[in-house]
Amino acid sequence: MTGYKQMTVVSGKGGTGKTSVLASFAALADGKVIADTDVDAANLHIMLHPTVLTTEEFWGAKIAVRDPEKCKQCGECERACRFDAITVDDINEYACEGCGLCTLVCPEKALVLEPALTGDLYVSETKYGPMAHARLVPGAESSGRLVTMVRQAAETIAIRDGLDTVIIDGPPGIGCTVTAAIADIDLALVVTEPTPSGIHDMARVLKTADYFGVSCAVIVNKADINEALSDETERVAAEHGARAIGRLPYDSVVTEAVSAMTPVVEFAPDSGVSKAITRCWSDLEQMLKSL
Amino acid sequence: MPSVAANSPAPLTISVAAGKGGTGKTLVSTSLAIELAYEYPDKVALLDGDVEEPNADLLMPTVFEDSQPVHILVPEVDAEACIHCGKCAEACQASAIAKIRDVVVTFHELCTGCGACAYVCPVDAIAEVPRKVGRIDRGIAAGSVEFTQGRSEIAQQHTGSVTSALKAHIKSGKVSIVDAPPGTSCPMQETIEDSDYCILVTEPTPFGLNDLKAAVETCRTLSVPHGVVINRDGIGDRAVEDYCKTEGISVLLKIPHERRIAEAYSRGETLVLAFPEWRGPLGQVFDAIVEEVAQ
Amino acid sequence: MKMAIASTGESLDSQVDPRFGRCHWLILADTDDMSFEALKNRAAAAGHGAGVEAAQMVANMGCRGVVASTFGPNAAHALAQGGLAMYRFSGGTVREAIEAVKAGTLEQLNGANAAAHSGDRE
Repeated sequence: MTGYKQMTVVSGKGGTGKTSVLASFAALADGKVIADTDVDAANLHIMLHPTVLTTEEFWGAKIAVRDPEKCKQCGECERACRFDAITVDDINEYACEGCGLCTLVCPEKALVLEPALTGDLYVSETKYGPMAHARLVPGAESSGRLVTMVRQAAETIAIRDGLDTVIIDGPPGIGCTVTAAIADIDLALVVTEPTPSGIHDMARVLKTADYFGVSCAVIVNKADINEALSDETERVAAEHGARAIGRLPYDSVVTEAVSAMTPVVEFAPDSGVSKAITRCWSDLEQMLKSL
Repeated sequence: MPSVAANSPAPLTISVAAGKGGTGKTLVSTSLAIELAYEYPDKVALLDGDVEEPNADLLMPTVFEDSQPVHILVPEVDAEACIHCGKCAEACQASAIAKIRDVVVTFHELCTGCGACAYVCPVDAIAEVPRKVGRIDRGIAAGSVEFTQGRSEIAQQHTGSVTSALKAHIKSGKVSIVDAPPGTSCPMQETIEDSDYCILVTEPTPFGLNDLKAAVETCRTLSVPHGVVINRDGIGDRAVEDYCKTEGISVLLKIPHERRIAEAYSRGETLVLAFPEWRGPLGQVFDAIVEEVAQ
Repeated sequence: MKMAIASTGESLDSQVDPRFGRCHWLILADTDDMSFEALKNRAAAAGHGAGVEAAQMVANMGCRGVVASTFGPNAAHALAQGGLAMYRFSGGTVREAIEAVKAGTLEQLNGANAAAHSGDRE
C-alpha cells in the first residue's frame, strides 16, 4: 500500500463548522498533509496561514471558442446546442458544458473547444505541515477536475514524505466536486448541525458516499442547541451506516478563534469544545488505522 | 410606495446567494418571500435553486402539490449495428461512452445529455433515451407563497439541467425570490445571472468576508446589481461592513446573533414565522431593492 | 503478454498504487521480457471519468490485463466488457507485482471490488 489514509470532511450543507473543526484536526494530527478542495469558497488558509511554495495555473474545463473569420452565421450551432450556450453572436461561457457538439455540427469548422483558465493550484507549507489548495477564478467552472488536481498534489507529498494521513476539506453539496473529493478515500466525515436542514443535507451526502462505497462517520456540531435533534441526527446517521463519532457543544469561543484566525484547540485548549474535538480526533485516528 | 400597481409588487426576480454556505441565505430568502406574500398575496414566488441540497421547504410549512421529473437524453448503443469505429468515444468529453477493444460501453451517470455521440455515429447505432436526473416539486409555502424546488438525483454529476428546468418556472408578473446554492461557481451563477438583483448574505467573520468578496466579483462579472445582508451580526468584527462601505455596496439589513433565532431555525421555523417583528424590516429591504433597481 | 500496473512512480521499483483509475503512473510491461514504458496517468485529471479513461487507455495500448488493489465500478465495468483481466495486488513494487502475475499467485477479480454499488453501469 502507499501507506497513507485519506479522510475527507464534508457537511452537505454549509456553515456547520466543518472548516473550523478541520483546522483543529490540522493542529492535532502528526504526519499529515492537508488538502483544501473546497475551491469555490476556500477558507482553510485563513486558519492555517500557508506560505506558498509553488503555484501552477490550472487550465481545466473546456469551452467553445469561435473563429469569427470562418463563421458564416448559419445558426447550426444554436440549433444543436442543448444548453442554450451559443448563438450566432455569442457564447455563454457559464452555460457552456464543453461537450463539443457545436464544433462537430459547424459546417465551416469555425468552432473549437479550448481549455479555460480555471484557477491556480498551490503547494504550501504551514506550521502544521504541508498543504495543497487552490483558488478558483470567480466565474470558472467548478468541476471535479480542480478538486482532483489538489488531491493529487497532496498525495504526491504524502508519498514523497512518507506521511500517514491526507486530510481533505471537502466542498458543500453532493455534486461532482464532492464526489471528486471523496473518490477512493478511506473515510468521509460529515460535520453537521442538529437542524432539519442539517439532517436532510447530511442524509443526502451519506447516500452519495454510500453510492460510491465510501465509509462514513458523523460529528454533530453545536449539539446542545437541540439535544432531541442531535439524537435524531445520530439515528439517521446510523440508518445510513455511518458511525457517530461525537458531539461538539456550541461555544462562542469557536467564533473568537476564527476571528483570531487560529484553530480553536490552540486558541482555547481548555474549553469544552476543544476537549471534545481532541477526543473526536483521537477516535478518528484509531478508526483510520483500522480501515 | 414604489410598486407598480396599488396591490402589486414590482415583479422583480431577486436571487439570494452567499459565497459561503451556512450564512443564512435560506433564512433570508424564505423570510423575504413570506413577508412579501403577507403584503401581496398570490403575487410572490419562491424558487429553491440549491438543487443538490434543497432545504427551503424545511423552514416553512410547505404543502407539495405536484412533481415533474427532469430528464436528459443518454445513449443506448445497438451492439449489432455498431461498427466499433470509436467515433462516439472520441467525441465524448465526459467519458460517458467508451470503446474498450471491440466493445462500446456507456456510463449514464457521467452523461451530460449533449447528443454528440449520437450525432457522430456513422451508422446511426446510437439511440437517445430519457434518463431522470432530478425533479421539480411545486406547492404552496406558508399559505400564500408559490413554491418551486429543484432536486437532483443522488450521484448525478451534472445538475445544470435541473437548474434550467427550475428557472423555467420563474414567471413574469410575480416577484420571484430565487434561493441560490452556496459558492460562486457555475451552479450559483446559473441561478443569479438573469435576476434583477442579488442579495448576498454573509456573516461578519474572516470566512464571511473572504467569500463575500468572491461573490461580489461574480455579481460584477455577471452585471447583477447586488446588496448585502449581514447575519449573526455581533459574532465577529466590522471588516465586512467596512468592506461594503469602501466598495459602495448597500448593507440592506443586519440580523443580530441571537440564540433564539438559531433555536427557531433548528425547529424548522424561519425568521418571520418565529418573530413577526422582522416582517417590517424585510419589507423595507424589498423597497430598498426596488429603488436601487429603478436607478 | 502486455500488462498495465498502477504505480506511484515511473520505475519497476516504485510501489504499486492501490487505485487504478486515479493512479499516478501506469507501467505498461511485457511480462515475457520485462521491457516496459511508464506513462503518466493523464486519466487521473479527468475527475469522474478517470476510471473509464484509464481503462480505454490501457486497452487501446494493447494490454491484456491490469494490476492494482482496487478498481472503481466504472473502470471495472469497462475492463470486464473489454475482456481485460483484473488482478489484485497490494503492498509491494511493480516488479513484485509482475512476478506475481507470472507466477499465477494473484487473485483475479470478476467485477468492481472497490465500491458497494455494482451491477449495470448503464
